Amino acid sequence: MKQALFFAGKKAFRALLLLLGVSVASFLLLCASPLDPLRTNVGQAALGSMSQEQVAQLEAYWGADQPPVERYLGWLAGAVRGDLGTSLLYRQPVLTVIGQRLGSSLWLLLTAWVLSGVLGLALGITAGAFRGRWPDKLIRGWCLVISSTPAFWLALLFLLLFSVWLGWLPIGLSVPIGVEEEAVTLADRLQHALLPALTLSVTGVSNIALHTREKLVDVLGSDYILLARARGEREGAIVLRHGLRNVALPALTLQFGSVGEIIGGSVLVEQVFSYPGLGQAAVTAGLGSDLPLLLGVTLVTSGLVFGGNLLADLLYGVIDPRMKRGEGRP
Amino acid sequence: MEPILEIQHLSISFHQYEKGFVQRELPVIRDLSLTLEPGEVTGVLGVSGSGKSLLAHALLDLLPYNSRREGTILFQGEPLTSQRIRKLRGKEIVLVPQGVTYLDPLMKVGPQLRKGRRDRGAREKVRSALARYGLKEAAADLYPFQLSGGMARRVLMASAVMDSPRLVIADEPTPGLDAKAASRLLGHFRELAAEGAAVLFITHDLELALAVAHRVAVFYAGETVEIARASDFPEGRLRHPFTQALWDALPQGAFRAIPGAQPYSGEVKEGCPFLARCPHPGNGCGQGELSLVPWNEGMVRCLYPHGEVMA
Repeated sequence: MKQALFFAGKKAFRALLLLLGVSVASFLLLCASPLDPLRTNVGQAALGSMSQEQVAQLEAYWGADQPPVERYLGWLAGAVRGDLGTSLLYRQPVLTVIGQRLGSSLWLLLTAWVLSGVLGLALGITAGAFRGRWPDKLIRGWCLVISSTPAFWLALLFLLLFSVWLGWLPIGLSVPIGVEEEAVTLADRLQHALLPALTLSVTGVSNIALHTREKLVDVLGSDYILLARARGEREGAIVLRHGLRNVALPALTLQFGSVGEIIGGSVLVEQVFSYPGLGQAAVTAGLGSDLPLLLGVTLVTSGLVFGGNLLADLLYGVIDPRMKRGEGRP
Repeated sequence: MEPILEIQHLSISFHQYEKGFVQRELPVIRDLSLTLEPGEVTGVLGVSGSGKSLLAHALLDLLPYNSRREGTILFQGEPLTSQRIRKLRGKEIVLVPQGVTYLDPLMKVGPQLRKGRRDRGAREKVRSALARYGLKEAAADLYPFQLSGGMARRVLMASAVMDSPRLVIADEPTPGLDAKAASRLLGHFRELAAEGAAVLFITHDLELALAVAHRVAVFYAGETVEIARASDFPEGRLRHPFTQALWDALPQGAFRAIPGAQPYSGEVKEGCPFLARCPHPGNGCGQGELSLVPWNEGMVRCLYPHGEVMA
């Protein structure tokens, strides 16, 4: 119990440190951005026709008149109290904007995460079990091609293929254009999320598959597999009984560690598909100098990534008998 | 009685790429002949790199894909082909490996020994096999990391005797055990032999081999240079100079080592591989292939073996 509390305290402290560091880094990056918030959001021509008072008012709104340190501390003071401020672009509380965006992104991310994990594991196991033979060569070749392909380019390719040439799927957005919100069906949403989810899954698969394959090859070369063979266990049963079991733990770490990659990928992919998710909000906030929104999005996403890794840590303790039973050595 | 295993002129070589696309055959075991009788423990003695573990792998069809096997192996009178090994291994031909790394670290002992079967019969078999080596039923519920070194060896012994084996191959089964535990383990192998199995005991430790084996086959650079009875060692009836040198290196012998080292396999193209270290080489030792010949109720691969032929 004492140990568990210590563990929780240590993790919480690390999480806080991480969030603080990430927010400082994002803030500094935005400060260093060459984009002038007024010119970007109001426009050069409009600015020219405004009076001094109006310009000063706008500067105050975008925070351009405050020294950076004061500005950051002001944001931090609010954030500590749970108030992430108001988005300058959307003119809504940051939490509301993130809530909406996360809602549409979340299940895109989830689908991609689950799909890439399951597919990656299956492909990796197949490749490892058939090491050196054609299924292995095929899977490995495919994974290498995919992992050297940028996600946004793949997204464009899918758009061309499925939306432009074949016309099976919508070209972008998360709901049909010109339809009232009440009339949007779940099928509509699914149809719109399919391509972005597919792109994200496909790019996520190769990493997991290649790592799983490597691990399985190691396992199949181990002493205990030699004995299993000597004891007359069949090759297929060996892969399923011993291989899968010993690959499962590293695969789990990989799977939860890939949360970060999926979120990173979603930023580009949502941009290509004009999908109004968290990733797109991050891009909009960054380009539009919307400081509160950008910091909010950064906090939430790094929280998700941290949570993913934490979950992997916890699951390890639950699943690995060596950690679970480690204390009670007979 | 019909021998359990007859190995006749067994050679194993590896196919290798040497510098780019130049291929070569690397011989690791050359012209090995050995007969294992029921009720007998045969020690296979050799330093590391002499090819003794590969012999075990060949008998279990576990050689790597780039290897080639030549010669004949008969198991209970019939040729031992890959297909036949795959049917027999784990049942009539079993392996007792070195240690705990040969157990799946993430699977409990019981399920591991049952090989995926869950019926009552399989459970009962595991229970009695464990009990035979003094392990309680609770041991089946342990993970390998919870076993002590000695317990792990006993689990590995138990895994070998699940079905009554005819041929037991022990590949260096004792490292890391104290003298008492090791001698108990050796007793288990003797016991299996007494029940009618043939035991092939592979080791680099001459004292150990002499403690357990009835006969000892000595490997040098992939060749059997001598097959002797265990009693030949203390009685000074050894035939080959290498075997003699091994015995002389022991405290019971002259406690004297010879200089030099075993050549790599394939390094000596012609003649006797021991020639460079031989204390009394003679004419013809550097030419041609030497063959294993009967000598003094044993076998030797030497043109000038020790001792007189007894009528």
